Amino acid sequence: MYQYDTYDQAMVDARVEEFRDQVKRRLEGKMTEEQFRPLRLMNGLYLQLHAYMLRVAVPYGTLSARQMRMLGHIARKYDKGYGHFTTRQNIQYNWIKLSDAPDILADLASVEMHAIQTSGNCIRNISADQYAGVAADEAADPRPWAELLRQWSSFHPEFTYLPRKFKICVIASPEDRAAMRLHDIGLELVKKDGVVGARVFVGGGMGRTPMVAPEVNPFVTEDELISYVEACLRVYNRYGRRDNKYKARIKILVHELGVEEYRRQVAEEFAHMKTLGLNPPREELARIAEHFADPAYETGLSDDLDRSDPDFALWVDRNVAQHKQAGYAIVNISLKPIGGIPGDASAEQIELMADLAERYSLDELRVTHAQNIVLPYVKKAELYALWQALEANGLGEPNLDLVTDIIACPGLDYCSLANARSIPVAQKIAQRLASNGKDAEIGELKLKISGCINACGHHHAGHIGILGVDRKGTENYQLLLGGSGAEDCSLGTITGPGFDENGIVDAVEKATDLYLAQRTEGERFLDTYRRLGMAPFKEAIYG
Amino acid sequence: MADFITLRSDEPAQEPVVTLESFGDQSNATAVRIEPGEDARELLPFLGRIALVEVNFPAYTDGRGYSAARILREAGYTGELRAVGDVLVDQISHMRRCGFDSFKPNAPLDDADVEAAFARWPDVYQKTVDDRRPIWAKRHEEA
Repeated sequence: MYQYDTYDQAMVDARVEEFRDQVKRRLEGKMTEEQFRPLRLMNGLYLQLHAYMLRVAVPYGTLSARQMRMLGHIARKYDKGYGHFTTRQNIQYNWIKLSDAPDILADLASVEMHAIQTSGNCIRNISADQYAGVAADEAADPRPWAELLRQWSSFHPEFTYLPRKFKICVIASPEDRAAMRLHDIGLELVKKDGVVGARVFVGGGMGRTPMVAPEVNPFVTEDELISYVEACLRVYNRYGRRDNKYKARIKILVHELGVEEYRRQVAEEFAHMKTLGLNPPREELARIAEHFADPAYETGLSDDLDRSDPDFALWVDRNVAQHKQAGYAIVNISLKPIGGIPGDASAEQIELMADLAERYSLDELRVTHAQNIVLPYVKKAELYALWQALEANGLGEPNLDLVTDIIACPGLDYCSLANARSIPVAQKIAQRLASNGKDAEIGELKLKISGCINACGHHHAGHIGILGVDRKGTENYQLLLGGSGAEDCSLGTITGPGFDENGIVDAVEKATDLYLAQRTEGERFLDTYRRLGMAPFKEAIYG
Repeated sequence: MADFITLRSDEPAQEPVVTLESFGDQSNATAVRIEPGEDARELLPFLGRIALVEVNFPAYTDGRGYSAARILREAGYTGELRAVGDVLVDQISHMRRCGFDSFKPNAPLDDADVEAAFARWPDVYQKTVDDRRPIWAKRHEEA
């Protein structure tokens, strides 16, 4: 994985000192809260219901064991012993003291980590496919491109006060595991005549006005990537709406201009910007790519597994994905134990995962947008030992992509923006469908819960989505069907009137019962919904 | 405390500024003020006779002025480029990178804070319109 050189380290260290100085000036009263707010946000510090929340960047979701261990240390020392992995491959701590924040950032900097631009109206952490470098189906490794973009976007002087936040995602496989087209800019690396380039999608997003990003350029090479992305951003910075924060994301600009007009304006700006020498030389991407070279895989390893332990065999079938290298496997650690808080891990679990990565996965972990953890380099011969260690520590839930593998935002339990709680609804649905065994019967079903219309829980992109709202002072939950964040990207449709907390659990079960009764061979819930349409589901739920 | 900061060696321009809207019709005007929604490129035909462009920041969270400044410098403007309005110490180093070379904040800035702000970043990741060599260029200097 990427390692800082002295330049990178000096930049992160400078940021720590800058923020230490800003916190000091704030505490001394030299800065108002209003002046301080965007500065702390750009260092990942939010004021929540009960305390400050710190969001730490995990660039493109990649962590070394040492970094993971530091995340556990921070959970123990500065929080209440927990961390919460997010849908943008980051980690959040919900119980932080403002006065501790500079020390936490210094601790992070000691392991080449930071919280830079994890909030604020700037370019956020770059996300990527969690199987980057180990997936059998990728055209190129997206991580070097993501790292190039991380450096370019860090402290970008022109794009630090954008109309609104800006999220970029890079994938390189036809199978989209990172919800690429629901980002402000989505890049899909493809190969054309032996040359790698990016398909550029602009203007996707969730929130109040969900949109699937249209393609604005079919092929941008590494030689022009930075100048093209700068052109995309400049048009947005100049013409994105600033009169209404709910209409300020780039998706609204692209929508209001129309994609043809946006594309034309970007092309015009790009014609100018590509003359300015903004792109690093090829040697720079090559330098970064060296950090992501394949490890020294052992060859001649067997692909055979002893499946005599049925619990192990089930976990392998559900949570282990195919690796590009014979004899190796990609392991998904579910952070969705039945009845638990989606994406949460204790300090002890975080440290254990670090130890296991060191022992079984060439020192590396990934965070997924579905709030799980991946060990990307596990020898098949060691899967059983790894599974036993996970199982013994509450990390062996065999439910990847099942209805119990729920994405949920922190909701009203933590978040000052939320209208309703998400976590208890996730817990109840998981408990219901696990206790009657339907989760196993149903198979793949992506269920996503947001506690308000800002959609941090990706409810628009759920095969089943749940949106918590406030109705006359009580929590009310709306049901959506038919969304997808994958390569078959689509937005869910609301079924009808909302439900109370128990009612939404019943409604989910009724929808899945209809699916079980109506599905044809090999059909996922989403496929059946797409084939049958809303009407029969509506009847099953409300009839 | 400083209520005006310049990074230029020449005298600050004293000319009265006119609005962008009226600038084109006043052939003797040499100083102009740009508001956030206005297109800096309208000035490009006149760059030769402009001594001062003021870019107004009514609220420091409105970042359009950064693009305006960079566009002018990219087009070869060498006169004074002044950030005025809600200009705070935590933004001036980014403003400088986008081509601003003088600052007239609504509220005066602490001299030591200003000095610290300009000295903050040992290096930069992007090529912009200042003369700083980006990190990627330094990394491959030998080659």
